[in-house]
Amino acid sequence: MSTQTFDRTQSPLIFDLGKDGRANRYVEEARPTTDFLPKSLLRDELPLPDNSELEVIRHFTKLSQRTFGIDLGFYPLGSCTMKYNPRINDAMATKREFAQLHPYTPDALAQGALQVMYELERSLASLFGMAAFSLNPSAGAHAELAALLIAKKYFKDRGETKRDKVIVPDTAHGTNPASAAMCGFKVISLPSDERGRVSVEEIKKVLGDDTAVCMMTNPNTLGLFEDHSHEIAQAVHDAGGLMYYDGANANAIMGNVRPGDMGFDLMHLNTHKTFTIPHGGGGAGHGPVGVAAHLVDYLPTPVVRATPAPAQATGEKVAPSDRYTFSLDFDRPKSIGPMRSFWSNFAHAVRALAYIYANGADGLKKVSQLAVLNANYVRVKVAEFLETPYPEICRHEFVASAQELKKETGVKALDIAKALLDHGMMAPTMYFPLIVPECLMIEPTETESKETLDQFIAVLREIVEEAKRNPQAVMAAPVTTVVGRVDETRAARQPNLKWEATAG
Amino acid sequence: MLDAVGVGSLEELLKVPDAVALKAPLDIVPALPEYQIARRFEHFAKKNTGVDYISFLGAGSYRHYAPPAIGTLAMRGEFLTAYTPYQAEVSQGYLQAIYEWQSYICLLTGMDIANASVYDGATALAEGAIMALNANGRKKMLVSRAIDPNYRAVLKTYCDGLEVEIDELPVNADGTTDLDSLKDAVASKTYAAVAIASPNFFGNIDTLDASSAAAVKESGTVPIAVVSEAIALGVLATPASWGAEIVVGEAQSFGVAMAYGGPYVGFIASTSEHMRRIPGRLVGKTVDKENRTAYVLTLQAREQHIRRERATSNICTNQAHCALIATIYLALMGKTGLHDVGALNLQRSRELATAVSSLDGADLKFTAPFFNEIVVDVHQPASEVLAKLQERNILGGVDLGRWYPELSTCILMNATELTTSGEIEALTTALGEIVRVHANV
Repeated sequence: MSTQTFDRTQSPLIFDLGKDGRANRYVEEARPTTDFLPKSLLRDELPLPDNSELEVIRHFTKLSQRTFGIDLGFYPLGSCTMKYNPRINDAMATKREFAQLHPYTPDALAQGALQVMYELERSLASLFGMAAFSLNPSAGAHAELAALLIAKKYFKDRGETKRDKVIVPDTAHGTNPASAAMCGFKVISLPSDERGRVSVEEIKKVLGDDTAVCMMTNPNTLGLFEDHSHEIAQAVHDAGGLMYYDGANANAIMGNVRPGDMGFDLMHLNTHKTFTIPHGGGGAGHGPVGVAAHLVDYLPTPVVRATPAPAQATGEKVAPSDRYTFSLDFDRPKSIGPMRSFWSNFAHAVRALAYIYANGADGLKKVSQLAVLNANYVRVKVAEFLETPYPEICRHEFVASAQELKKETGVKALDIAKALLDHGMMAPTMYFPLIVPECLMIEPTETESKETLDQFIAVLREIVEEAKRNPQAVMAAPVTTVVGRVDETRAARQPNLKWEATAG
Repeated sequence: MLDAVGVGSLEELLKVPDAVALKAPLDIVPALPEYQIARRFEHFAKKNTGVDYISFLGAGSYRHYAPPAIGTLAMRGEFLTAYTPYQAEVSQGYLQAIYEWQSYICLLTGMDIANASVYDGATALAEGAIMALNANGRKKMLVSRAIDPNYRAVLKTYCDGLEVEIDELPVNADGTTDLDSLKDAVASKTYAAVAIASPNFFGNIDTLDASSAAAVKESGTVPIAVVSEAIALGVLATPASWGAEIVVGEAQSFGVAMAYGGPYVGFIASTSEHMRRIPGRLVGKTVDKENRTAYVLTLQAREQHIRRERATSNICTNQAHCALIATIYLALMGKTGLHDVGALNLQRSRELATAVSSLDGADLKFTAPFFNEIVVDVHQPASEVLAKLQERNILGGVDLGRWYPELSTCILMNATELTTSGEIEALTTALGEIVRVHANV
């Protein structure tokens, strides 16, 4: 057996580990499959490695150590709301009575689950000023798609099939136009004005009897509050269109302003952002879709229906929702139909509701206030050494630009982002929104302390100064990570997307 | 901090036009200290009495053994609190795990490539259909009526948006898709794809045979295989072996909790021919600048954040954490464990089938070979029989009349490695009493 120097940069694949005879005995041996099915229906071999549990534990523990999460450090990823994920959420979501509940459990035997969904739905409706939500969609983009399908069906029912244009500001998330295209809508991209906002005048130019939906994010992806959104809503409504609110930035508005009050007819939430559901490395998410009263019938199925229960025993103090019995309502003829197999990413509904319980109305208001305060605090400090193209009060996030720095030193936004990784911090969102050159989009969230923010500001300042002294050093970053910058071109040109036995 | 920002108060910081200011207090549940949150959810949990019933529910969500090591690993904060691994240098672990997931799915399905996951099995079918629509430009879909009705409903939701028509293939008396109808239909050369599920919704093994596979190929129709019970992949012939070009499915069975319906994890795999049409994230193996092995999100020019309205899909967040759980499950089970679980599912479901069909007044509806679900005809309204079983603390299965009017006396029953002979006995005793009473009337 050869002895090799331990190389922390390398990690063997699970397929290169394991040996026959190392299987774990989780279940008993079964009779041969040929006792049950003809050989022609069975597979010849199953080429998976057998690993002892210890090997598997070590393998994935090592992989976890090669992964950066909020639990390891500051995560100022704009538009993603990477705030602390309270562990009570997970403890509640993984309770046996939730985790082992089959989706076809009869309603009468799943009242607790339905009550969770009902309470969450009612809370969101109140918080965002919508008539109702469906908890059916699986993530933000999925809920966007649901909302646009609702709009499409609504117009179809009204005989307004000519409405095929969706207006999307140039600062919008990429999912907005992509979702619109999946509903057969044509996308009109609207330029932002010099204030970084959608202008009422500009939008009026593109409105007409072919307008279906105007999609807006408020605050927008520059972190700026669209202070004319209610006037835009008026103009869109006057033209017969619907207003859609992209709730990706909802962490900035709770208890402050409601999309319903701003004139939005449709909206989605990324509860995995705003309501502290762990992102889990890119999902699962949870994307409730909300609508104003005239669109409730179109919501995806099922929705939870509450009916008053027989009177409770006297004297017992109960929450309002305890006075109802609940059922899943599938009988909704105008509905766009289901967006997914089962009712909701239910475990996430549990987490979101636990977070709402932890905060209440006042707490949620405070969440948004502190998210905005933290963002503005970082903004004014960062403005001392980096360009901030929109130097005014922002909401929960702001954009900085490395354009000047790049001209001066050659150091790009990408280099700054990579240098931050060497300091144990996640990089901000880069090169988005597309209208800001060399963009760094920074969202600190409310859960970070002033000390963490100050540390981030100091590190960022140091990187910018280093860029001026020694740009090559910044361009070489990261150097402390398990691997350096990866060859993305090679990855795309010579795709290697899976392990091959022969490649050993 | 307010001073640094130059505002006097938080209210001033979040000032909005009067026209849109909040008018009334919010109707939100009251804030509770943490120990009371736990009590509140315990209250909800106790109302989910169904978890303690003997259950034969399946139909797209399955009860399987999940080793505790899965939770130990998957709940590590590094995995749990990471975002999508855009910054490869600090995400090598998660990227490698996704690469391993993609590899496992390819090994299980026999396909060339697999993506990093989609929302669930039903959306996987919808996204797989879109791949086919983009592949040949046709505007119609052909699906077997033996595919999970939820999957077909979701496909319809998506197709309504895309203005794509769906035609359905009938089911034979044996409980498999009518392949003669299939051959006739694809001959029109108007369908982008034909989708068939194996095991199908009734539990039956339901694949293309050689002549129908040839007819599908000849017609330029993309054959899509649907797998809603992933455990079957461990023992059944791969979808690739009977000609599927795209395989879509649900991997909840790989260690992911039933959780009243989600989150689960959909997968999409295909031949390499469809590589640039596959939706969502893909992880590729490459090198870093010092030529060390490294993993990275790749072929991103397909995706919404680059391509916007011309993307292959709008998907952004997927089901990475559930895919991680499934990957850990597969690593723990290995070929031996996965084979044994699959074989036990075959065994237990046959024990169930034998016991139930021995009753007077209950018969197996279909004759086709099945995996771990059976359709039992009780010759009286299934909903009533299920209600009576429920009174005896048994969830006997799913009433097929909910989707198939002609099967309103039929119950879809599932048995897995966790189903005990005691549970089967309890069911047959209760069911025997219920159907016998009726049979004697």
